[in-house]
Parts: sequence; C-alpha cells; structure tokens
Amino acid sequence: MDRALLIASTFCYLTAVARTLVAVRARIALYGRFSFFAIGAGFLFQTAFLSVRGHVLGRCPLTNLFEVFIFLAWSVALIYLVVGPTYRLSLMGAFTAPLVFALQAFALLAPIDVPNQARFPANPWLEFHASISMIAYGAFALACVAGVMYLVQERQLKTHQLHSFFYHLPPLTNLFAALTRLLWLGFALYSAGLISGFFTGGPLPQVKMVCAFGVWLFYGVILQGRHLRWFAPKRVAALCVLAFSAAVSVLWAINFVSPSGPM
Amino acid sequence: MNLFCVGISHHTAKVEARERYALPRSEEVLRTEIGCREALILATCNRVEVYGTSAAPIVTEQIVNCLTGDGGGAIGDTGAFYRYEDDECVRHLFRVAAGLDSMVIGETDILGQVKKAYASARESDSVGPLLHRLFQRAFRVAKQVRSRTEITRGAVSVGAVAVELAVKIFGNLRDRKVLILGAGETSERTARALSSRGVTDIRVSNRSLERAENLAGLVRGRAISFQEWTFQCREIDILISSTSADEPLLTPDILSPLVRERSDQPLFIIDIAVPRDVAPEVNEMDGVFLYDIDSLQSIADQSLTLRRRQIAAGEGIIAEHVSDFRNWFGRESDRPAAPGRETPAGLDEGALRPSQL
Repeated sequence: MDRALLIASTFCYLTAVARTLVAVRARIALYGRFSFFAIGAGFLFQTAFLSVRGHVLGRCPLTNLFEVFIFLAWSVALIYLVVGPTYRLSLMGAFTAPLVFALQAFALLAPIDVPNQARFPANPWLEFHASISMIAYGAFALACVAGVMYLVQERQLKTHQLHSFFYHLPPLTNLFAALTRLLWLGFALYSAGLISGFFTGGPLPQVKMVCAFGVWLFYGVILQGRHLRWFAPKRVAALCVLAFSAAVSVLWAINFVSPSGPM
Repeated sequence: MNLFCVGISHHTAKVEARERYALPRSEEVLRTEIGCREALILATCNRVEVYGTSAAPIVTEQIVNCLTGDGGGAIGDTGAFYRYEDDECVRHLFRVAAGLDSMVIGETDILGQVKKAYASARESDSVGPLLHRLFQRAFRVAKQVRSRTEITRGAVSVGAVAVELAVKIFGNLRDRKVLILGAGETSERTARALSSRGVTDIRVSNRSLERAENLAGLVRGRAISFQEWTFQCREIDILISSTSADEPLLTPDILSPLVRERSDQPLFIIDIAVPRDVAPEVNEMDGVFLYDIDSLQSIADQSLTLRRRQIAAGEGIIAEHVSDFRNWFGRESDRPAAPGRETPAGLDEGALRPSQL
C-alpha cells in the first residue's frame, strides 16, 4: 500500500519532468502552474506515504537510507511549494521536479529499503533532530536548484546564446536574492538540527558529528564569504551546487559508517 | 450569406500603393453604395482590409473603388488586392489578429488595431451578428495563440533587446541607474525605452557638455562631465555607450578597480559604437555583461527565427477555431430566417455576449 503511494507520487513528478522536456523540445510556452500542481500532487502522495510508514514504525520514518531519500525529496517539494510561489520564481518547478524525481526513483529502484535492525526507544528530540535536519537539506537542495538556474542564465547572458527557456527564467538578481534566502533558511534549520542533537540523551557518534559539522561549516563559509563579499554571486551559486553534492554524499556515507543508520 | 475579406497588405504591395487606400473611409459607404449587409474596415500602416457580409456576391473591384472614393462605378486597379471568402476569410482574420500575418511576426499592436477597427465599425452600426461573433472569436484566438505559443517571445529590435536583457538581469528597472556615454540617436532611443520601463535615474556624458545637456533634457536625466564618467561605473547598473572614439574607452584595467567598489550588483554594458567603445575582454569579468551592436542584432534575429518556428503551433490553434466557427456558421445559415428578420436565426446581436462566443 505505502509503496503504491510512492509510485503514484513518483509518477506525478515524472509528469512534471516530461511536460518540461516536451515544452523545451517543442519550444512552446512552459507553464509554471503545471509544474506547481504536479509537484503539489506528488507532495500529497509523499505525505500520505510518510504518514503510513510513520504509523507502522511508530516514529518519524527516517530509519534507513530509503526513508531518508523519500524524506529528503518530500522536504525539497515542501520548500519549493512554499518558496516557489512566494518569490514568483518561474521555471523553478521545471528544475525542481527532476531533482525530486531522481531522488525518489533512486530510492524506489535501489535495494536500500532494508529494515534497520538497531532498536532505539522513541525519542522526541532525536526525531526532531533528524526531521529538522532533513528539511534543512530540502532548503539546501532548493538553493542548489536556484544555483543551477543562476549558472545556466549567467552562462547564456555571457555567451549571448539565449535558449528559448531563457525567457522563462527569473531575473538574475531576483534569483540570487532567493538563493541567499534559501541558504540562510537552510543554515538556520540545520543549526537547529545540530543543537537539538545534543539533547537526544544518547552518546553522540563521532563520525556523524564530524560530518554534520563539516556540512555546517561549509555552508557557514559560503554565507560568511557572501556577507563579506569574498565570493562573487556566480561563485556563490557554484558553491551551493558543490555544497549540496557534498552534503548528500555525507548523508549517504553516514548510513554505512554509523551503526544507528541515519538517525 | 457571403462572408468575405478584400485587402491589400505589406505582402502584396509597397507603401506607395497601400497609402492610396489608407484614407479614412466609413463603413457606411460600403453598406449603402455596394450592398454590404455588414462591413468593417481595418486600416493600419501595413494593411487595409474590408471584412463584410452580403446577401448577393460583391466583386472585388467595387470594394476597391469604394476604398479609393470612386464610389461603386469605376473599376480600379485590383492587382495588389487579395480576396478571401468564408473559411479562408475566417482563417485570415484569425491570423491577422494573432500577429501571424504581420511584418514583424507575433507583434501585438495589431490586436489593438483590430479591436479599434471593430469598435469604430460598431459605433457606425456596421457590425451585425456575424461580424460580431467573428471578431469576438478572433480576439479569443489571438489571446490563445499568444499564451500557448512563444510567438511573442523575444525582442526583435536592438533597443527592445537591450531593454529585455536589462529586465532579465535586474528584474524591476525602477531603481536602476543608467549612464549614457555619447549623445547618439540609438543611445537616445535605448534610454527612452529604458525610461518607459520605469528607469528614472539617467545620466548623460559626452565630450560636448552642451550636447550632453540637450540629451539629458530629452530623456529627463542629468548631464555629467566627460572627465567623470569612469567613476560613475562604481554605482551605475547600465552603461549605454556610443561615442565616436577610435580606441576602446573602457578596458578591464580601467573597470576592475571600479567593479571592486560595487556592491556585487551586475553591470550591464550596451556598446552600440562602431568602432567599439568597450574592449571585448570586459565581458569576461565577473558580474559584467557586455553586448555590442552585433550581439544585440544577433539576438533580435534569433528571436525572429524563434517566432517563425512558432507559426505552425499558432496555425494549429487557428485551424481548430476555424473549424468550430464553420460548424456554427453552417448551423446558423441552415436555419430558416425568422419572419421580419434579415439576420440568421437566433443571431440577435444584443443577445450575443462574449461568454457565449
């Protein structure tokens, strides 16, 4: 039952991706609204899946890598649904849908839905720590998406080769403002996640702590570098993409080196 | 009922020929002198067209003579005129309203001109139920073609490209600062175009301060001494350069220290001078976007090509509406006219509302 919900959700994201590809290929108008509603539908199915899984587990569904990927995809969609319309970032959905689809399709296809053998008593702080960190990852993912959009547009403006979807991209300065806000939002949430980790009561795994602080520091340097104007906007955009790639790799690695898995 | 369109346009005649027929004419003449039941004249700088309905066929020559003011008698030169009837007339109007038949494909002014012609014909009571329905449908088709295709995408003139790029870089232009370097005509046009998009802070610098002041007066800006213009690069957002200098005035060496003092805002440079005022290497600097006259023209050409590719998509939308209109027209023509009424059954003009069309 829960997997069927996930397949339905993945199908919604696939529809958004396919619509974008068809539109770009045929050079016809891209509808931001279509992406918004397709992602919205996918988000509802995802929420239903996480809810069902949560009831079965009796805790926040973040017990194995499969659930981590789904939760991450859910967080990206959540932040997009909140941020996309607020900042009127046209075409952001067209860039977000492939990311969410890729995360979810990978989770569905890879043999990673292995029940976690470690048994821990329910711990609200632990669940808060894990879930808020995942939502922070969602904000970082969206910052990465905005970074890609920025780099694509900057490249087109520099080379004077304007593809038809250039006209759908949000203005460069607005895009950078949104990217900076997403970075701050992600950083604040991630900091809250880190702090809450100290209240979980259990022993703190050293590898996890080092990795988590590494990611936190990376984003901290980007923000500080931006604030002090060490980095030009283009560099900040590129660093956002790099930082998110590193953060996802760390998330993946933690699952293998930490005995408690992602939580 | 005959539905027809007779016209002359940029496709069939040069302006010298078109202007003969572009004099103001009342639709009433078409109704009273040659027997049109309904008539509408669409006259723009690129076309003069008559849309009409009649119970009996009316030959093209009669309409042409009406347009030249020769009444219904003399037979004029109709070589440059085209004629469309029924479905072809419907299709032609839909293409015209959607900008597919325009000189600049996808231009949107034509829809306003068609609406104006329709309003004018309605005022003179020359629009009956059929033309009313036809034109209302044309407005809807034009809107759909614009929103469902990319026929209006991209600017197709140098000035418009510059403005569009500025919007893509900065978003809202209201608080942006513009410096015009050199008081040329193209700079003035571009500055005016930026001004129309909300730019209020325009500075003009020229070797002759007097010319700078003159241009500043025209674009509601302020003149800056030519010795000071480089320092302006610390705070301006857009530089439009068109001096007659032989060597580049702006190079990476000059701009680098100034850019470092900027608050990370992009700098958009439009260099329309030949020879160029700005060294091409400037484009390689972070946050600086340099466009010369060739690159702007190339984007305008790209946009035009893109618009041409959209014609097929627009034609598809139009074909659906033509077929729909044909079905409606066929149904209404088959109905017997109600006693005392000359219009097709059920076509009470007052009863037709846009929502029903």
